[in-house]
Amino acid sequence: MTTSIHVSTGQVAASLALVALAAAISFWRRADLDRDIAVATVRSFVQLTAIGYAIKLIFESDSIWLVLALLAVMVLFGALTARGRAKKVPGAFWPLLIALAVAGASTLGLVVVLGVFHPTPRYLVPVGGMVIGNAMTASAVALNRLGDEVADSRGRIEATLALGATAQEAAAPIVRRALRSGMITLVDSTKTTGLIFFPGTMVGMLLAGANPTDAVRLQLILLYTLLGSVAIAGLIATTLAYRNFFTPAQQLRELEGAEAGA
Amino acid sequence: MRAVRDHAAVLFELRDVSLTRAGRPALDAVSAEIPTGATAIVGPSGAGKSTLLRLLNRLVDPDAGAIAYRGRPLLEHDPLELRREVSLVPQLPALLEGTVESNLRYAADLAGKELDAPLCLSLAGLDPGFAERDVARLSVGEQQRTMLARALAQMPDVLLLDEPTSALDHATRDAVEATLAELRRELDISIVLVSHDPEQARRLSDWVVRLEAGRAIEAGPLEQVLA
Repeated sequence: MTTSIHVSTGQVAASLALVALAAAISFWRRADLDRDIAVATVRSFVQLTAIGYAIKLIFESDSIWLVLALLAVMVLFGALTARGRAKKVPGAFWPLLIALAVAGASTLGLVVVLGVFHPTPRYLVPVGGMVIGNAMTASAVALNRLGDEVADSRGRIEATLALGATAQEAAAPIVRRALRSGMITLVDSTKTTGLIFFPGTMVGMLLAGANPTDAVRLQLILLYTLLGSVAIAGLIATTLAYRNFFTPAQQLRELEGAEAGA
Repeated sequence: MRAVRDHAAVLFELRDVSLTRAGRPALDAVSAEIPTGATAIVGPSGAGKSTLLRLLNRLVDPDAGAIAYRGRPLLEHDPLELRREVSLVPQLPALLEGTVESNLRYAADLAGKELDAPLCLSLAGLDPGFAERDVARLSVGEQQRTMLARALAQMPDVLLLDEPTSALDHATRDAVEATLAELRRELDISIVLVSHDPEQARRLSDWVVRLEAGRAIEAGPLEQVLA
């Protein structure tokens, strides 16, 4: 695939007019987001420019090791970010880190083995970024729900433990609901894709002048890949994280301190 | 503090049991014996009654001190096996989604027992026709009795009951109390009952442990403690 589009800095600068419009609306209707919009604009510019140069460097070096290093950094920051959304789950970092790493490695490995993508930086970097990003969102949502469910259902969990059920059996209904809530956003958006919104990859390819059929096929591949990675990440994160609520004697831990919020 | 009478076997023995919950002592060096038969744990709210009950089937373990069940340290009992033998019915009903019967079956399967749903329901004062009812459509009183029926489905040796009639009207409360008296007579089940109501303790128990502010201030036969 060759690049068939050139975007100038001037064009980017011109699009800032829409940012100004957003800030103006926020200011006018007192939505109190002007500062956030400014921060978001500056951060997106700095972060994307930095990652752009990093990707350029990796493409030019054509080194698989640099790709793996970049993906590892993404997994690490993804787990740290997701942990911030799963505050009610004790020790959420390791389940999230393992979930993202396994989801990323297994889905990327599978699409390469199946011959969907070539194992080159040009494919692995963008696809890996999407896979890890979606896995992060899904597992963060799943663990956020898990924490809320445990807090809301303490009575039911303990009543089930009191019958001699294992922690796994007592937690099964809430683990199921947590996994479901982590996956449902992507499943729903996959259902409506093309009808209500055009996904980013397809839009990008069309703008870059690609054949619409190719754009659609690539988008489908990515959606299906993401479904797999989101399911794997959600499964691993919830399966590992629920255990942290219980003691080895199959007791529901009394969570104390600000982090637990119990 | 009286020792258990010679003719009744010691069911639970607590020695200097302490437990801290949310940074505050919930139980403070509690020592008491609980015999077979029916024991009431009484005291004002916040005295640590429910916490003591939860210790007895290892839903929580003490920070200090020791508890023995039938002469053997509680910590040596497998918690899952213990809970199927010493069944706890919490104060607030917390049934699993589904029908009354599916809840009873869940409990019976865990304990590896055959389920006789009509018997369990009638023992808990419910019509056998309740088996097919969705638990989401039960009143709180019916849920509480379903919780009792579910515990009975495990055919436990000991029933730990946390305020079993708190959500019930007088007529239903009387029915449940009659059931508990009958359970003792017919099934030879030992009962440890938490109650804020001394009258209920008088009606249902023959041994009383009185807690206040996390300490056991009295334990002995009913006629002495609640004279």
